[in-house]
Amino acid sequence: MLIRRPTSIKPSEITSESAYLSRREIVTALAGAALIPAAGRAATLPRSGMLDDVQSSELSTDETPNTFEEVTSYNNFYELGLGKSDPAKNADQLKPRPWSFEVSGEADITGQFNLEDFVKPFTLEDRIYRFRCVEAWSMVIPWVGIPLADIVKFFRPNSKAKYVAFETIYDTDMLPAQRSRVLDWPYREGLTIEEATHPLTIMAVGVYGRVLPNQNGAPMRLIVPWKYGFKSIKSIVGIRFTEQQPATSWNLANAREYGFYANVNPEVDHPRWSQARERRIGAGFFAPKQETLMFNGYADQVADLYSGLDLRRNF
Amino acid sequence: MATPTRWRTCTADSTYVAISNGHGMNTINRVRFILKPAVFAIALVPFALAAAGIFGVAGQSLGANPAEALLEHFGIWGLRFLLLGLAVTPIRKLTGLVWITRFRRMIGLFGAFYVALHFSVYLVLDQGLALAPILEDIVKRPYITVGFAAVLILLAMTLTSTARARRRLGKRWQQIHYGAYAAGILGVWHFWWQVKKDITEPLAYAIILAALLGLRLAWRLKRRSVPPARAPGVA
Repeated sequence: MLIRRPTSIKPSEITSESAYLSRREIVTALAGAALIPAAGRAATLPRSGMLDDVQSSELSTDETPNTFEEVTSYNNFYELGLGKSDPAKNADQLKPRPWSFEVSGEADITGQFNLEDFVKPFTLEDRIYRFRCVEAWSMVIPWVGIPLADIVKFFRPNSKAKYVAFETIYDTDMLPAQRSRVLDWPYREGLTIEEATHPLTIMAVGVYGRVLPNQNGAPMRLIVPWKYGFKSIKSIVGIRFTEQQPATSWNLANAREYGFYANVNPEVDHPRWSQARERRIGAGFFAPKQETLMFNGYADQVADLYSGLDLRRNF
Repeated sequence: MATPTRWRTCTADSTYVAISNGHGMNTINRVRFILKPAVFAIALVPFALAAAGIFGVAGQSLGANPAEALLEHFGIWGLRFLLLGLAVTPIRKLTGLVWITRFRRMIGLFGAFYVALHFSVYLVLDQGLALAPILEDIVKRPYITVGFAAVLILLAMTLTSTARARRRLGKRWQQIHYGAYAAGILGVWHFWWQVKKDITEPLAYAIILAALLGLRLAWRLKRRSVPPARAPGVA
């Protein structure tokens, strides 16, 4: 009987020699700069379960987080299905190990990186953030992640790097709903380099102290807490430093309704619904909606990034 | 009398005549005492599922966002019953099952019932009865304006759905109840406009609606080509 066997190693998992060598250089350089923690304290990313050595952060909110159940059962991850409960149902399709991603564009260090090796020099931090979806619901989520600024620094972007573009994996076996053309896959997102290196921005690899569940965008996803949730791209395999503003998926799908910035802003409504208030998931059956805060409550930290920018036009 | 009845059964009165003439008392009793209660019970299933979801029984759950789940559940069932109500006449004409017209009012009222629940969930659970945002929604959000218009039409139809109202209103009654077409169109439109991106589902409903209204239009055009003596003043 003939059974088509999948090749055991995907091309995306193979580290190019140049990347391998450049990584050796980085490791050496980092060791020299004493950035690598003492032996045994390196960040490790197991396949599942709890994450070790997670530091707490001053940037966390003291609001009560949503339950693990809520965070992992009510998701927008169109590649795993359009309904809110579909991603959890179809989560097993996604295989987040082994995982590699490609870094390219305007940076000194580029190439293919294996995630488990890559995270070793970094420190994992708990970040309890408000999460506001463009659909006017919100949660409080205890992410675990690496400050994106640390990761960006690692690649040494050059002076032409004005933006960072991100791309989700495109694989119709792992993400079966990519067979439908609801969006132009793979999902793409982008930030200005200032946004990407802002202390609040993280690359999340976990939630609730555990390895990130597949439906939440395993194994690594962006979290930009002052922007609508769709900016926080999931299951990333591509990071590119660019001079031009990169194309982003929802903006490509409907430029009138979804802008590049997508900052949470109660004063700028979505063309079809109000953004002034939000439903906090888990607040209770009869709980009223709550007021949405400018920049999702992070105005003190991020408003400076947009001084002089007309937020009504650059929504 | 046999052939013209097919074209003249647009109102319930002539349907009644057709039933008693064509099938006798048995059909009427069967409809009234067996089929009607059965359809009534089936039409309550979506309500029972929602209730089970609210209380978390019978394996039902409303998930992390119960207000949204109820809103969508009642909304889609309201639309389904409205379209089902609009399907009664075409089905009767295509199959000759004249007695199914006896279910039209009940199906339409169930449509209005689920739309009323949908609207109530919006008012109470989604908006917390805050008047200013509700009015702003109705005025500023086209998909809500459209949905609200459908609610008003269905309200007028529900209040005039009794046999007594029908007798009293005469010709006006038929005009009010042509609102079923408008409510169907507004309902699909409301659904279409609130979808974020994937229009597959509203498109399916739009196609069904177009077919139901298209059949009527085709029949109407055909009837117009019949000599006037054979088509006496049918609404």
